[in-house]
This record gives sequence, C-alpha cells and structure tokens, in this order.
Amino acid sequence: MLKIENLQVAYGGIQALRGIDLEVPDGKIVTLIGANGAGKSTTLRTISGLVKAHAGSITYDGTELLGKPINAVLEAGIAQVPEGRRVFANLSVLENLRVGAYLRRDKAEIEKDLQWVYELFPRLQERSWQLAGTLSGGEQQMLAVGRGLMSRPKVLMMDEPSLGLAPLVVQGIFDIIREINRQGVTILLIEQNANMALKIADLAYVLETGRITMRGTGAELLADESVKEAYLGKKKK
Amino acid sequence: MDLWNTVLPYILSGISVGGQYALIAVGYTMVYGILRLINFAHGDVFMVAGLMMVYFAASMPLYAAIPLMILLTVLLGFTIERVAYKPLRTAPRMSVMISAIGVSYLLQNLALYVTGGLNKNYPEIPWISDKITVLGATTARVTVITPFLTVALVFALVYLINHTKIGMAMRAVSKDFETAQLMGIRINSVISATFVIGTFLAAVGSLLFFSNYPGIVPTSGAMPGLKAFVAAVFGGIGSIPGAVVGAFIIGISESLIKGLDTILITQGAIAEQMDFSTFSDAVTFVLLIVILVFKPTGLFGEKTTDKV
Ligand SMILES: Nc1ncnc2c1ncn2[C@@H]1O[C@H](COP(=O)(O)OP(=O)(O)O)[C@@H](O)[C@H]1O
Ligand SMILES: [Mg+2]
Repeated sequence: MLKIENLQVAYGGIQALRGIDLEVPDGKIVTLIGANGAGKSTTLRTISGLVKAHAGSITYDGTELLGKPINAVLEAGIAQVPEGRRVFANLSVLENLRVGAYLRRDKAEIEKDLQWVYELFPRLQERSWQLAGTLSGGEQQMLAVGRGLMSRPKVLMMDEPSLGLAPLVVQGIFDIIREINRQGVTILLIEQNANMALKIADLAYVLETGRITMRGTGAELLADESVKEAYLGKKKK
Repeated sequence: MDLWNTVLPYILSGISVGGQYALIAVGYTMVYGILRLINFAHGDVFMVAGLMMVYFAASMPLYAAIPLMILLTVLLGFTIERVAYKPLRTAPRMSVMISAIGVSYLLQNLALYVTGGLNKNYPEIPWISDKITVLGATTARVTVITPFLTVALVFALVYLINHTKIGMAMRAVSKDFETAQLMGIRINSVISATFVIGTFLAAVGSLLFFSNYPGIVPTSGAMPGLKAFVAAVFGGIGSIPGAVVGAFIIGISESLIKGLDTILITQGAIAEQMDFSTFSDAVTFVLLIVILVFKPTGLFGEKTTDKV
C-alpha cells in the first residue's frame, strides 16, 4: 500500500499542501479530485520526488520514499503519467515507450511489456515509427499511459488524463484505466472531471486548497450533495 | 592557368577549415540543444587544448601527448559543466550564459598567465603536416584528412544519438528535463556526456586546426570559436547536420575570399591586388546576417525550440 501521512509542501512561502493523509491500497483505483490549484499535481510530483516536502511521510509497503531520489520511487514500482501528457515529441512512438523502460535491464520482459502496451493500445502499434509530436491529443495520452506502463509499475499515478480531450476519447481512456487496473496495476487518478473519476474509483478523496476535506468510496462521493454542487455541476435541491 | 586550377586549392583549404570549424561547432550545437546554453567558453577550451599540446609535445612523444591532450581537454569540459553550469540548473538562462562568459575569460587569463602572453609554437606533427599533391594542387596532408575525419566522427555521433540508449536519453532530455527524470534518466549524466563529446571533438579539431598555424596565443580560440558558433547558428542551432553544413559553407566562403585577389588576377579580371582577403572574416558575419534575415532558425533549425 502507498501511504501518505501529514504531507506538507510549500513553494517559496506558498503552502500548496497543508498536511494531507492519503491511502492507496493495492489493486484499487483511488481518485483525488479537486479544483484547479487545489494541490493535486503537487501531491503526485512530491510522491515522484520532483518536489521536496518539508514535513510528512510517503511510504510504499512500509518503505519511506520521501527524500529518496526520483529513480528510487520508480524502482519501488511507482510511475507517473504527468499532466499534459508530456510525450517526447521528437522521439518516435516506439522510442517513447522504450524511454518508459529506461531503468530496466530485463530485455526479454521489456519486449513482452511492449506487446502488452500494443495490445492495450493497438493504435500505438500502427504508429510506432511516427514521431510522437505528430499524434493527436488522444493518441498522445495513450502513449503517455503506455510509457508509464513500460516501467511495469505496481502503482500508476495519472495526472488529469482527460484534460483537453473529446468526451468519446475520454471514455476510451477511462475504459483502459479500468482494464489496466483489472490486470493488477494499482491506480492513483487525479481528475477535475470528477464525475467520470468517481464512477470508476474504489476510493476517493476531495482536495481543497491543500487539505483533504472528504474521503469515501466513489459511489459515496458521487451521491454527496456538497460534492455534487462543487464538482459535478449540479445544484442542491 | 585555367580557373579550376586556380580555385581548387582555395576550395580544398576551405573544406579543410570548414571541417575544423565543424568539429568545434558540433560542441556548441549539442550543448545548446540540451541546455539552451551558448557555451561561450567552448572556443577557449579549444585554445587550451592547443596549448596543452604545445607543452605536452615538449616533454613526451606525440603518441603519448595526443591522447593525454584529448583526455585532459575532455576532463576540462566535464569539470567546467559541473562547476560553473550545473549549480545554475534552475537559475535563469541568462545567469548560466554569464557564467559561461566568466569561464571564457578565466581560461584566457590562465593561458595568459601560463604563457606570459607569448606566442607558443605549435609542435610539428609529422605525417599529417607532410605536403602531398591532390588533383594537381600541393597541400598538407591534414587538409585532405580533415574533412574525411570530420565526416566520419559526425556520422558516428549521429549514429550514437539516433540508435543508442544514451542517444535516446539525450534527445529526451533535450526536449523535457522533468519528464526525462520521471522516466529514470539521470539528466546530469546525460548533460555531462554531451560536454564530454563536445570537448572531445573540439580537442581533435584543435589538433587539425593548429597544425596549420604557426602558433597559439591566449586569444587563439576566440576567432575559430566565433566562426564555429556562427556556423552552428547558420545551420540552425541545435541541429548537428546543420552545424556541419554551416561550417563547411563558412570555411569555403572564407577561403575563397582570401584567394579572391589571386584568382581574379590570374584570370585577368583585375590588374592589381584589391585586398579582398581583408574581408575574409567579415564574410562569415555577412552570411550570418543574411541567413538570420531570411531564415531566422537557420538552415536546419526547428521552429520553436523552447522547452515547456
Ligand atoms: N512550481 C511552482 N511554483 C510556485 N507555486 C506553484 C508551483 N506549482 C504549483 N504552485 C502552486 O501550488 C498550488 C497547487 O498547484 P497544483 O498542485 O498544480 O494544483 P492542481 O494540480 O490541483 O491544479 C497552486 O496555488 C499553484 O499556484
Ligand atoms: Mg494539476
């Protein structure tokens, strides 16, 4: 289990996370929803080791990850699909996937995972020699997810994978997220698209200006009046 | 004498000088590609490589002096990056540029201190300095070797960048530091590798370049460094093929301008020296201005190279 306790992060003087607690049990889909600027990306970036925390702890199966280098987090089995996809536009689709497996040495297994990603996203296989920069937004998101999977993570963290995509494409991405989870990968999903995220989530958290204000199953939060009003665009009766 | 025979030696020497510029230009363009930094110290590293050769050749045989010179030049490039640029990784780009200018002056001043400002004679390197005859023109063997060596090294480099894991990492880092890190790429190692390659090529370039010149002074790196930088911009900074093509164009143009008086006189076009050769440096910068006006990104440049 990935476990976060009392995590505090500040940028200069600005407190982005004011002591959050979060649990991501193995095999589940956990979602973290919240408005723009709530600190969602900061949470993922701190877990990955890109941002330093000034207090708290992040453990995976009891091992402290906070303060460890970025590679140690990746090697512990936690990968990130960053916000805005961030595929390497100047690399081919295949190279982007290979970069995802950069730390691995098990060549044969890498080839197997490549086939696995191509099965999940047949479109990527068709375009494997194309430069990633020439893909559509939806295809780039598939590539970003596939690249994340190439490290063969135990936990895949995704930062707003639906951002800027057409509804139909978003549906496809969410279907894949479920499929990946069904195959045993734990998912930590960050979304502003709360409706869809809550529908697939086993466990959900609401983040507001650096604090966790609510937690429950996806269904519980979907049914909650204040969540409906704030994040699902529905008025209270 | 027919036109071809008059022009040929200048073209040959232009190709040779172009190859030497290319070996320096690749260092500028690679570092720019990965750090968006114009490494002003690169020309001075090139000069230091030349000076090392002067001192090493005086105290040991060439087969030891040359590898030692190359090794220490590479070490110098590596150290400069670690000491003067790496601590500024998250600082504004302008701070790193200023640091690079500082390193440039530091190297020139150290060279001044060591040499006392005196012109140091570059060692005669047998075989490559021998005179040979090509297509009826007499020239030093280095003139002929340079373009072939340059092209071979550049091909090896392009292969490395496009077909190896470290090359893939370099391309990823050049696009996006942070995401590259998320993939497990150690960006500092990749950046160091870039400097190592760039200074290695400059060290080889210095050997070829200074063999053609009587001596070295502390500012000897400035002009070839500047020309190579212009070549990199001309070809589209960040592009390796661009830097090489740019360097050959500049080398040949410069050499032809140097020979223009002689060419025109032997062709009977003019009666006496017009001192066109005075403009041989200026022509480089005219080329630069022309390309920047008509194609600001250079011959092979990408449209936007700024990172997210
Ligand atoms: N690099 C940064 N420097 C300074 N402030 C930042 C930086 N990144 C994020 N912030 C601030 O931290 C807060 C949380 O941002 P973020 O984690 O990106 O929110 P979210 O992903 O939920 O939209 C915001 O107020 C944002 O302005
Ligand atoms: Mg965000």
